[in-house]
Amino acid sequence: MGKKLLIHNDHVPGIHTLDVYRAHGGYASVEKALKTMTPDQVTDEVKKSGLRGRGGAGFPTGLKWSFLAKPEGVARYLVCNADESEPGTFKDRYLMEKIPHALIEGMITSSYALGAKKSYIYIRGEYFYVARILEAALAEAYAAGFLGENILGSGFSHDCYVQVGAGAYICGEETALIESLEGKRGNPRIKPPFPAVQGVWACPTVVNNVETIAAVVPIVNEGGEAYAKIGVGKSTGTKLISASGHINKPGVYEIELGITVEDFIFSDEYCGGIKGGRKLKAVVAGGSSVPILPAELILRTAKGEPRLMTYESLGDGGFITGTMLGSGGFIVMDETTSIVKNLWNFTRFYHHESCGQCSPCREGTGWMEKILNKILAGKGNLSDVDLLWDIQSKIEGKTICPLGEAAAWPVAAAIRHFRAEFEEYVKNPSSIKDVKHYYRLNNLVEA
Amino acid sequence: MPKVTIDGHEIEVPKGTTILQAARMIGPHVAPPAMCFYTKLKTSGGYCRTCIVKVTKGSAQNPNPMPKPVASCRTEVMDGMEVQNNTSPDLLEARKGVVEFLLINHPLDCPICDQAGECHLQDLGYQNGSEKTRYEFKRREFEKIDIGKYVSLHMTRCIMCFRCVKVADQITDKRVHGVLHRGDAAEISTYIENVIENDFSGNVIDVCPVGALTDRTFRFKSRVWYTKPMEAHRKCDHAKCNGKVRLWFKGEDVLRVTARKDQWGEAEEFICNTCRFEKKRKSDWIIEGPSPISHHSVISTNHYMSLNMAKVEILKHQKALGFIPMKKLDLE
Ligand SMILES: Cc1cc2nc3c(=O)[nH]c(=O)nc-3n(C[C@H](O)[C@H](O)[C@H](O)COP(=O)(O)O)c2cc1C
Ligand code: SF4
Ligand code: FES
Repeated sequence: MGKKLLIHNDHVPGIHTLDVYRAHGGYASVEKALKTMTPDQVTDEVKKSGLRGRGGAGFPTGLKWSFLAKPEGVARYLVCNADESEPGTFKDRYLMEKIPHALIEGMITSSYALGAKKSYIYIRGEYFYVARILEAALAEAYAAGFLGENILGSGFSHDCYVQVGAGAYICGEETALIESLEGKRGNPRIKPPFPAVQGVWACPTVVNNVETIAAVVPIVNEGGEAYAKIGVGKSTGTKLISASGHINKPGVYEIELGITVEDFIFSDEYCGGIKGGRKLKAVVAGGSSVPILPAELILRTAKGEPRLMTYESLGDGGFITGTMLGSGGFIVMDETTSIVKNLWNFTRFYHHESCGQCSPCREGTGWMEKILNKILAGKGNLSDVDLLWDIQSKIEGKTICPLGEAAAWPVAAAIRHFRAEFEEYVKNPSSIKDVKHYYRLNNLVEA
Repeated sequence: MPKVTIDGHEIEVPKGTTILQAARMIGPHVAPPAMCFYTKLKTSGGYCRTCIVKVTKGSAQNPNPMPKPVASCRTEVMDGMEVQNNTSPDLLEARKGVVEFLLINHPLDCPICDQAGECHLQDLGYQNGSEKTRYEFKRREFEKIDIGKYVSLHMTRCIMCFRCVKVADQITDKRVHGVLHRGDAAEISTYIENVIENDFSGNVIDVCPVGALTDRTFRFKSRVWYTKPMEAHRKCDHAKCNGKVRLWFKGEDVLRVTARKDQWGEAEEFICNTCRFEKKRKSDWIIEGPSPISHHSVISTNHYMSLNMAKVEILKHQKALGFIPMKKLDLE
């Protein structure tokens, strides 16, 4: 069994309540940090731990914290990104739903390190029931004196608020999140300035993912070095993986970074192999935006080494033969899966979620969806595949925020690794089978 | 003062200058096209992505190139920075992509659009586009609406530059103009077709790079290249308006009043609605003389009639010929 630091108590009855959480060692990090450590010491432990952002980009958290501007007399904020909307990703929900105090504890300890007197948990609208769980937990934490004025007599005061979004994927992009939090339209801001200098209410702000903040708790409790011992190289600690698709045991797993992909998919401890004994065809390893890899490349790198569940190993080979760990949304596809249909589904999502500010994403995402729709309606040409490739290349890197890339990468990877499947649909439309469905679903094709 | 090199031209500029501004200081041959940036409007720019450039050297201190093209209108120069615009084939290809994106949902109804001849999208398409479209689907369509008695909104032609939204935020006192919906369903709207009643609302027409916001008092009166622009002024009572305008004559009639535009097509000063919409007699104005119009513009055909008769003839027949009039139509 791998070591678990975040959800090891998820099965304990009543762990969502403060009393049970306390009985299992909860809020020890708050006591330790506020009573025995300076804010900088907490930051140092996070730096030593090698913790990297769990929201998708994998940016070192300690470094991010040290970039926070600290002008005299200006408030600073910590914002927790609980917008979790990337298709295939549902680990933050699991954590917040099961052990809400783990996030709140992390918020208090992290805010202490950052000198933030106020923090916000921005949660997606569809998670309204989770927001209620968090609100109840916050009330308990206030009543127990872990929040509010002069926490545990340390002189540190802190207020934490839950803000519910209205259900837009783009509000997971940190600056769109901040706009939405401020009550505005959730449009990504043009950077610079970065949130570390001007975030919420134009004040220095750190935005971190739910899992990142929750991981601060074991780091403070056990020390950064102990945390860094888990994992391989620059991929330290444990990671929550949302496993879905054609596997025997879908769900949220906490893994030690560094286990092999093969072990994760096939061992009984995790996904338990492919459903119905069918063959593995492809995996999207880090949420819908990361490049899809065919079975042979997800299990082994192009060099023939076993692929590990780490930032580096999944990234090995760049986008030509590799992918990304991303947010840990691990989507497994068996041999019955149509890559083109799956891509159409992803593309439709990004088209729907584009905020519309910048031309390449606003126009390009819809165009790609229409072309895929045309192919799936049995009306595609071979040149449509090249056109798709060209469009994605003209979106990538030209947009305000990374949603453009998130839309472009899946298209590029599907064509790169599964071009033959597109061509088969074009040359032999009868192989599509449910053509009418696509034709009706989205009556876009004119030709 | 930081020094920056753009397409091989070095220039020293004040700190805080953007790459776009620096390029404009060097001259039109290196200045990237800008569809959403507007000097007078705060927070404008960064959206359309037509002004992207390649930064091949970040600065003297950090000589690394920037990993992606950047919006020149929103990126400040650093000392020692090196930038490629027209000298980078990759960049021009990327820009062509942006232009294509702007055009796929544009109706290309130039023959019936009031903006034809002074439309920045026409220029952009001509300079950076392809002659054929690769888009074969239904284009976005909206009903035309009148927002107040002076301004018409054709969302169908809008390229979402957000300049008019910034005018509504920054120039007029009451904001009843903004963005509804999201993605390619987003639209500029006055929310339930509220009228814009404001002394400066007419400026949304001048900032619109295309024919989405047009002057109802001028609609369909004339193609712009049959009118003759003259600089003029009057004593305007409005505290924020200096009464300096451009009059567009056909014979002795003033068909239209607009702000004076600079070399980059941007208003020099915003003008009030009284000057713009209510003063349509020649006697309302003190005429200063002909407006400076670039000889590249089709509007200049009026100034150099004999030289360009052939051009005018072609433009006259464009409807029948069914092609898009281009400002830079060159017959020489
Ligand atoms: C379109 C888009 C959507 C995103 N959605 C999320 C999200 O739902 N949750 C999240 O934590 N980060 C999301 N991110 C990443 C955030 O912008 C940001 O990098 C992250 O919250 C930083 O936290 P971390 O350093 O702890 O990972 C998204 C980014 C983009 C561009
Ligand atoms: S990339 Fe897409 S989502 Fe991001 S700012 Fe541009 S239009 Fe909005
Ligand atoms: S002019 Fe710079 S992005 Fe539009």
